[in-house]
Amino acid sequence: MTVNGWIQIALFCAVVLALVRPLGGYMARVFSGERTLLSPVLEPVERGLYRLAGIDRTHEQHWLAYATAMLVFHAAGFVLLYALLRLQAVLPLNPDGQGAVAPDLAFNTAASFITNTNWQSYGGETTLSYLSQMLGLTHQNFLSAATGIALAVALVRGFSRASVRTVGSFWVDLTRGTLYLLLPLCVVFTLFLVWQGIPQTLGGAVATTTLEGASQTIAVGPVASQVAIKMLGTNGGGFFNANAAHPLENPTALSNFAQMVSIFAIGAALTNLFGRSVGRERQGWAILAAMAVLFLAGIAITYGAESAGSPVLNALGLPGGNMEGKEVRFGIVASALFAVVTTAASCGAVNAMHDSFTALGGMIPLINMELGEIVVGGVGAGLYGMLVFVIVTIFVAGLMVGRTPEYLGKKIEAREVKMAMLAILCLPLMLLGGTALATVVAAGLAGPANAGPHGFSEILYAFTSAAANNGSAFGGLAANTTFYNTTLAAGMLVGRFFVIVPALAIAGALAAKKTVPASSGTFPTDGGLFVGLLVGVILIVGGLTFFPALALGPIVEHLAGGLGQTFAAGG
Amino acid sequence: MLTQLRPALVLLIALTALTGLAYPLAMTGLAGLAFPSQAAGSIVLRDGRPVGSSLVGQNFTSARYFQGRPSATVAADPADAAKTVPAPYNAANSSGSNLGPTSAALAERVGADLARLKAENPGVPVPVDLVTTSASGLDPDISPEAALFQVKRVAAARSLPEPSLRDLVAGQVRGRWLGLLGEPRVNVLALNLALDEMAK
Repeated sequence: MTVNGWIQIALFCAVVLALVRPLGGYMARVFSGERTLLSPVLEPVERGLYRLAGIDRTHEQHWLAYATAMLVFHAAGFVLLYALLRLQAVLPLNPDGQGAVAPDLAFNTAASFITNTNWQSYGGETTLSYLSQMLGLTHQNFLSAATGIALAVALVRGFSRASVRTVGSFWVDLTRGTLYLLLPLCVVFTLFLVWQGIPQTLGGAVATTTLEGASQTIAVGPVASQVAIKMLGTNGGGFFNANAAHPLENPTALSNFAQMVSIFAIGAALTNLFGRSVGRERQGWAILAAMAVLFLAGIAITYGAESAGSPVLNALGLPGGNMEGKEVRFGIVASALFAVVTTAASCGAVNAMHDSFTALGGMIPLINMELGEIVVGGVGAGLYGMLVFVIVTIFVAGLMVGRTPEYLGKKIEAREVKMAMLAILCLPLMLLGGTALATVVAAGLAGPANAGPHGFSEILYAFTSAAANNGSAFGGLAANTTFYNTTLAAGMLVGRFFVIVPALAIAGALAAKKTVPASSGTFPTDGGLFVGLLVGVILIVGGLTFFPALALGPIVEHLAGGLGQTFAAGG
Repeated sequence: MLTQLRPALVLLIALTALTGLAYPLAMTGLAGLAFPSQAAGSIVLRDGRPVGSSLVGQNFTSARYFQGRPSATVAADPADAAKTVPAPYNAANSSGSNLGPTSAALAERVGADLARLKAENPGVPVPVDLVTTSASGLDPDISPEAALFQVKRVAAARSLPEPSLRDLVAGQVRGRWLGLLGEPRVNVLALNLALDEMAK
């Protein structure tokens, strides 16, 4: 670890924090339907869309209607994306002549993108046409991100309203999130990224002759426009196979820094939108503080482990940190930071190969996802995931003193706690269940590229990433098989929708409740005690659920590596 | 449920057209106007011919050139399309080695590379980036130490004095952005282009 390393980390935190209030305030205006700076340009577009779709913007929905609208919209999007992938060979904008995507891979990719996971079973430059990348993936990047934000906003309305039956309109939230928030940010960000060196062209791969006379074919494409939304929308699906490690997808230290900030920007600012909506920004800061505690602990461990390096390589006479699977322009600190950010936030883009991280360095991304990606989290998903934990924390705190728990003036009762537990439990079910299945069937055991405990980690990481809708991978796993494509797609769908629907049910139940005024017996939820309790509950729930699996993978690998033991594949 | 179908379908199609076609196409047009070189992939020309991209590493194997990091990219086996063969710096199929910290294959590969480099330049510590593969397999850069490490070999192969090569390397080192972000590095293609220029 170096002083410069910590300065880079501190600078990252400072920039993200500086964006929280301005962006939070802007989003609060967007989702309460107020006019914004961009209204003169965008309002005609917005009104046109509503007229075309027959949407009354003043009509709000009950949580069930909101959830149905969301599900119908996603079902249609799924069919469209699947069809596009299967038919890409005969559709235009395919300069490199990519063939049709295989059925299981198309199923997996469609599930992956509508759930904001962006798991890459496909290898971008070798599988997908430009049309698939643009019309298929870029647009789902927008819509799954806008959906996540809409759901978080609906849940926030549950807390901020009293005695009403509705939580907002899914159609209006979706449209306004896309038009006023994501599109304008992406336009600016795309131009910045092209300036830094990311290609944006419809021309096919470029054939060059190297200085030594060999031929080199360089894949390019409309990359920057997709990278912008992949980061801002915490989608993470790369244009290229190597994702943000590819020098044409992340060319400089500055583009890397901006990409990391853009992963966190909206998610962090949503805590501020929450605070503003419930009338006290401090409530939002308290939640962000709990996230920050978990984040800083994660980065300290991963940065420390990667700087110390792999004991096996150190024993060969190679002192210093672990550079296998990392790029020189990022070095150890920016790679470690990116890994923690991308898994804390449900993004899943990678600028280094997590598979080649040290055992402990690679365990933190795993833990981040297993805790449900609530450290800032996916756009929207992080906030509603965190609020689910808040409900459990309030419930636990209430049990300790024997009072009916309440949060922001809402009594937290059996129904909310049941829904919160349902949302929390679906993650371990899909994650541990899927991993267990893959370790006993031959099709699952054929996947790992590494032997020994690291092979188990590869499987565990895949199901964790899918169920948590992250999308990053221990890339050695040969996941483009019928078994993995199908089981991981199931994990992604359950991991997304079985959290969303209970979260919306909570929103509906809360919105219908009366607000009770705070009394001397009310537990203050904007102070250090609450933050500590929240962090404790998250770690205990996560620890109890996932420690055994972690012990079989990264922990035993760390111990074996320390003793200099290696594992040969095929042995 | 049926009342939801119209907004769902209309919004899906309209927003798809907006975010999936209008947005990327407009950005392609704008980017091509504002930053034509970057938008096309930062292609480097020498004597009017494309010799690579300034952002993408290429496979240097000759002793006369500074070499990049080991690359784990592969290509389809010409004999059997279902298999792959090593193809370093294949810029049409980026990937890393994905070998874990306790992989025997990794330890073996690093050990062999270390022995080779130590023999080439005895007594000098081997920079870590010269024996580890990059994440993309296309890393265009090496550390300044890794470039200096190779000066002895290149000088011998080209019959050039070592001090002038060291100066050449020093002139190619790019520092951290604003002295803060990223790591100091040397772009291998730029260095080799300058080397060819100097040796003319």
